[in-house]
Amino acid sequence: MNKPFVVPVKLDSICQPPSSMVLLVDRAFRALARLGVIVILVLLAALVFEIGGKAIPGIQKYGLDFITGNVWDVNQHKFGILPAIWGTLYSALIALLIGGFFGISMAIFLTQDFLPPRLAAVFRTIVELLAAIPSVVYGLWGIYVVIPAIRPLTDWLHHSFGWIPFFGTTLSGPGLLPAALVLAIMILPTIAAVSQDALSAVPLKTKQAAHGMGTTHWEAILQVIVPAASTGIFGALVLGLGRALGETMALAMLIGNSNQISLSLFSPANTLAALLALNFPEAGPNEIEVLMYAALILMLITLSVNIAGSLIMAYAKRGNKK
Amino acid sequence: MSVAKFSGSSASSLSAAPSLQRKIEGRSLRSFLLTCLTWVSAIVASIPLFSVLYMLITRGGARLNLEVFTELPPAGFETGGGFGNALLGTFVMVGIAALIAIPVGIMAAIFLAELGPVSKLANVARFAAKTLTGLPSILAGVFAYAMVVLTTGTYSAPAGGFALAVLMLPIVVLTAEEAMKMVPKIMKDAAYGMGSTDTQVIWKVVLPTAMPAILTGVMLAVARAAGETAPLLFTALFSNYWIFEDGHLALMSPTASLAVLIYNFSGMPFDNQLELAWAASLVLVLIVLIVNIVSRIFGKPRF
Repeated sequence: MNKPFVVPVKLDSICQPPSSMVLLVDRAFRALARLGVIVILVLLAALVFEIGGKAIPGIQKYGLDFITGNVWDVNQHKFGILPAIWGTLYSALIALLIGGFFGISMAIFLTQDFLPPRLAAVFRTIVELLAAIPSVVYGLWGIYVVIPAIRPLTDWLHHSFGWIPFFGTTLSGPGLLPAALVLAIMILPTIAAVSQDALSAVPLKTKQAAHGMGTTHWEAILQVIVPAASTGIFGALVLGLGRALGETMALAMLIGNSNQISLSLFSPANTLAALLALNFPEAGPNEIEVLMYAALILMLITLSVNIAGSLIMAYAKRGNKK
Repeated sequence: MSVAKFSGSSASSLSAAPSLQRKIEGRSLRSFLLTCLTWVSAIVASIPLFSVLYMLITRGGARLNLEVFTELPPAGFETGGGFGNALLGTFVMVGIAALIAIPVGIMAAIFLAELGPVSKLANVARFAAKTLTGLPSILAGVFAYAMVVLTTGTYSAPAGGFALAVLMLPIVVLTAEEAMKMVPKIMKDAAYGMGSTDTQVIWKVVLPTAMPAILTGVMLAVARAAGETAPLLFTALFSNYWIFEDGHLALMSPTASLAVLIYNFSGMPFDNQLELAWAASLVLVLIVLIVNIVSRIFGKPRF
């Protein structure tokens, strides 16, 4: 196709082979398109090398102590991000539990004939709009709506079940639970959308076979359809986790930014992304190197989770085709 | 609804006479309860959206007037004021990001969809684009800080725009590729059959046909960029002044944006600033939602 075959030119015909100008334009255009692709690759490589390169001084100075230390004090030149790593993982896991439950229920609800198509479209739009709201607006809403709303419940839990480590402290404003709740809302659309794709990819025949054997609606869903779509749903959860680990603003506004490791859901905590958001704008050169180190670690965590998610999705897609 | 009545054994023993009503099996009951649970969880999952919208309309709407679009942000105990400079800053930076990301993204998508869809380069690039979609937005900020802020020595609108472009690019690439793949193969084959070059087929057949869907992807990317805060925090920073300086654009200086204004004002102990944060949130959400809805109208599939 690149070299159109040459038509013998008859002078009285309007047919003509492409002029050399047309061929030149074609060649230039294709080169430009290739350049566009190369820009993407260069961008990803530059991202990794730039952040990695700027982190090297920090790595040389602080080494592994940076990851295991739990004090962040600029004046004493002590930098440790263990509490931030803990907070990142802990908040993301809680968000994944809540967001995963609601996201998968929503996906089942929308794909398994519970609703007339019009009503399903309404719920689908709601989920899409949830994804469209900027995270800083969720943060604002979290401060002034979620925290006051859950405070009575958290107080009751602390007074009644304070001996369970999860409820070991009171909620004094920002804390892990409100942050994780808002995070759950933010990852719900991702999980719902990807799981919906997985569930709709299950062949109708499989479903009909299950119903034909006399299963109830839910037996068919739980024992046939969900297992058939399980790889895709798992991929959805991993992608949701990836989003939760990297989410910044809502957490910076809600989690309380305190460097402590605690099992309690109500105590303030910190995350890597929030640490970057809060300290970067006012950092001096010394702090910039360690923040770059923290950024590198955040990048390694999120990239590996996301790559795992994409690989699982690719695997699920291949399974469907067979 | 009647199913629940016959759930327990006690309920059925009350009606002593042999009833004509069919005995409900435990498994049907389980199915019914699970259906209820799904309804409840779908409704619970929808509550946050309505709560957010309610708060935005009541608290943000109360403060919204013409003044907020024209005035500068107030300091400390000042009353009044607005976020005109932040709104303008958001437009400028999203504009810069779009100027970078859209041409590059569409060119890349053309390669991925038409020129070499199964080539090794395409597979690697597709994987890179997917990886970039999952990039935490704060890292785009860190990257732009290292690339632009450290090089130029100043916080600026182009630095913010560059960070936003990094986030927009993969969305544009992946949606535009999907859009171009939807163009029926017979249309392309017909054009090739007439002796068109690749470029002619792409310009005269593929792009015009796929344009609505490409625009949808572009607008989704713009909407996402408009709402991003984290990448702007330490690339564009914030400014209490207009981006104009003595009549010309002062691009290479810290630039305000709606999202950063909301973040800065959300933690302030002053009611006036807080009201402005809600009003700015309302404006930001309106912009994002309008772009979303317009993209949906554009993007109705034609085939």
